Amino acid sequence: MIAVKKLVKRFGLKTVLRGVDFSVQPGEFVALLGPNGAGKTTFLRILAALSRPTLGEVSIAGYKLPDEAAQVRARLGVVSHLSLLYNDLTAEENLRFYARMYGVENSSARIAAVLAMIGLETRRRDLVRTYSRGMQQRLAIGRAVLHDPQIMLLDEPYTGLDQDASSMLDAALKAVAADGRTIVMTSHDLARAEELAARFDILSRGIIVASATRKQIKKNNLLSFYKQALAD
Amino acid sequence: MNKKPLALKILDLVSIVLLIAATYLSIFVAPMERVMGNVQRVFYFHVGTAWVALIGFIFTAALSVIYLATKNLKWDRIQVAAVEVSVVFFLITIILGSIWARPAWNTWWTWDPRLTTAAVVELVYIAYFMLRQGLDDPNKRANFSAVYALIGGLSAPITFFSIRLFRTIHPVVIAGTNAEAEGSFSMSGGMLQAFFFALFAFTVIFIDLFWNRIRLGEAQAKVEEMKINAAY
Amino acid sequence: MATKASHPNSLSKKEAAVGGYFKAISAIVWKDLRAEFRSWELISAMLVFSLLALLIFNFALELDVKTRQSVTAGVLWATFAFAGTLGLNRSMSIEKDRGCLDGLLLAPVDRSAIYFGKFFSNLAFMLIVEAIVLPVYSVLYNTNLFQPGLIAIILLGSVGYTSVGTLLAAMSVQTRTRDVLLPILLFPVAFAVLLSAVKASGGFLNGADFAEISFPINLLIVYDIIFIAISFMLFDAVVEE
Repeated sequence: MIAVKKLVKRFGLKTVLRGVDFSVQPGEFVALLGPNGAGKTTFLRILAALSRPTLGEVSIAGYKLPDEAAQVRARLGVVSHLSLLYNDLTAEENLRFYARMYGVENSSARIAAVLAMIGLETRRRDLVRTYSRGMQQRLAIGRAVLHDPQIMLLDEPYTGLDQDASSMLDAALKAVAADGRTIVMTSHDLARAEELAARFDILSRGIIVASATRKQIKKNNLLSFYKQALAD
Repeated sequence: MNKKPLALKILDLVSIVLLIAATYLSIFVAPMERVMGNVQRVFYFHVGTAWVALIGFIFTAALSVIYLATKNLKWDRIQVAAVEVSVVFFLITIILGSIWARPAWNTWWTWDPRLTTAAVVELVYIAYFMLRQGLDDPNKRANFSAVYALIGGLSAPITFFSIRLFRTIHPVVIAGTNAEAEGSFSMSGGMLQAFFFALFAFTVIFIDLFWNRIRLGEAQAKVEEMKINAAY
Repeated sequence: MATKASHPNSLSKKEAAVGGYFKAISAIVWKDLRAEFRSWELISAMLVFSLLALLIFNFALELDVKTRQSVTAGVLWATFAFAGTLGLNRSMSIEKDRGCLDGLLLAPVDRSAIYFGKFFSNLAFMLIVEAIVLPVYSVLYNTNLFQPGLIAIILLGSVGYTSVGTLLAAMSVQTRTRDVLLPILLFPVAFAVLLSAVKASGGFLNGADFAEISFPINLLIVYDIIFIAISFMLFDAVVEE
């Protein structure tokens, strides 16, 4: 579903990604872990066609980036630590706006279904400005799944959420994953990643230093695997 | 750092000699203008610097197009060099023109189309440097600079025509005479000689400074690269 | 799957893309106007600023009947230009604050559709402010500025100013200096459009015949065409990484 070969990204002379090889099978849930500054966000921005690769090949759902970016974008749903929502619009209006941008057919029915999934039907007429951080983040997920994408990219979706909000987000993410979507999530929160993902890749200093599936890692041993990978 | 090429060293020397020779020609050799007297001698350097600065600005706009087509940062470094040298030369043009205007038009400054356009163009390229200053990512900086330089270059002729809505008193030097222009004169043989020599001299001096400035830009880029590598 | 390719029967691929393009433009204008008519923060700021500017001009220039005749056009356009930068800045900051610009860029539409969407929103804000300032000025100084010719000139001038202003605002909000940078970038390149607009409006208000003001009007049209075209081509370079 996602195939990345020898991806290099430079900002001017600064090399942020130095030859990343990465692939994801359809339906897989991959957590991309690593310390701050490892290049996780940059990597996800390249997958989202927001940033151009300097060198290397990126193909998503069979389309090459950056040449076939429009096809890729139609198949991607992106959640970042920013909400990508407009404060002065209601939840419903935000979704209606993005539905038009994505050319979603039958948008009213789809919006209603998405609002039900993220549990915000009762507050759909309220301005996003009045939402708590957790509600905003759930709506951000609703925004991202609106056009029923095959692939979801989540960049630190748990940033700034308290315990309750995090569990609700867990539920929403599990619902999203249950539809057989391919998901890549960056996080520095190992506990969250462990609960959701089926595979863990560790990015450090611009390369993937280790990768392991849930089976390969014994229960509650992700932390030692992570530490070991960074130490090597 | 590569050593300074011999050709550039020679060009440095030639530039100095040409500057001295042009000064000598315009002050001691060229005949005195009958009406305006000795102050008219400023004219040789005024036109000389204006000539290279304007060519530099046109070149800058062309570099924008080349950069945007190739996205190679080399063209951005060349563009900065071109803008910087041209801005300094153009400032000299404006100051010398002002010195000449005082006796010829009896004022330091007048809002004539050429003068106003000159002031606006100079401001465009000062804004260009302020824009660069606000950006850290070299690719983004190069993109924005190229876009802005191109817009600035395109707006300059329209600016000129828009100010032409008012009367002009600036003399047209070569292409015929303007009946309304004050301070115009026809050039005798000695004057022509000094005039064309000054044009030639400033062209060489411009190329010399431009070349040196490009080398400086490359050295800066290398230093930046070393700093980044040292940080890893 | 609600993608273009999944509905090959209803429309050809190209038609669907064109339809999506205009749909995206109208969606952006819709959400900008919708949010603005709820909060009024952008238009009210521009409007209050405009009225304050008129007040200051009134005393600074001592706008008696005679001076007014020669400076009305200048006062109006100076006011529009400064109020315009306020609006352009705010309109682009809204996109930058919550990462919404990324949200727009993630949509499967051509980037220039985003430019045109923002351009039309910004133009609408500017025209709304102008539509309020003109009658206020007319009442305050007992003249009638509601003349079709003048309105056409104001429209042409506003189109040129906003077209290049939208592009430059998209750049300036991404810099460290943000708000302060926009007027510095915009005024030197918008000099021509402002000057032509002042000249055309002034000529019109002083009853000059059309032959006299046709040159600045032509210049406005040329400026509008060039800068809409160039912004359309360059917007991609301003939003990509």
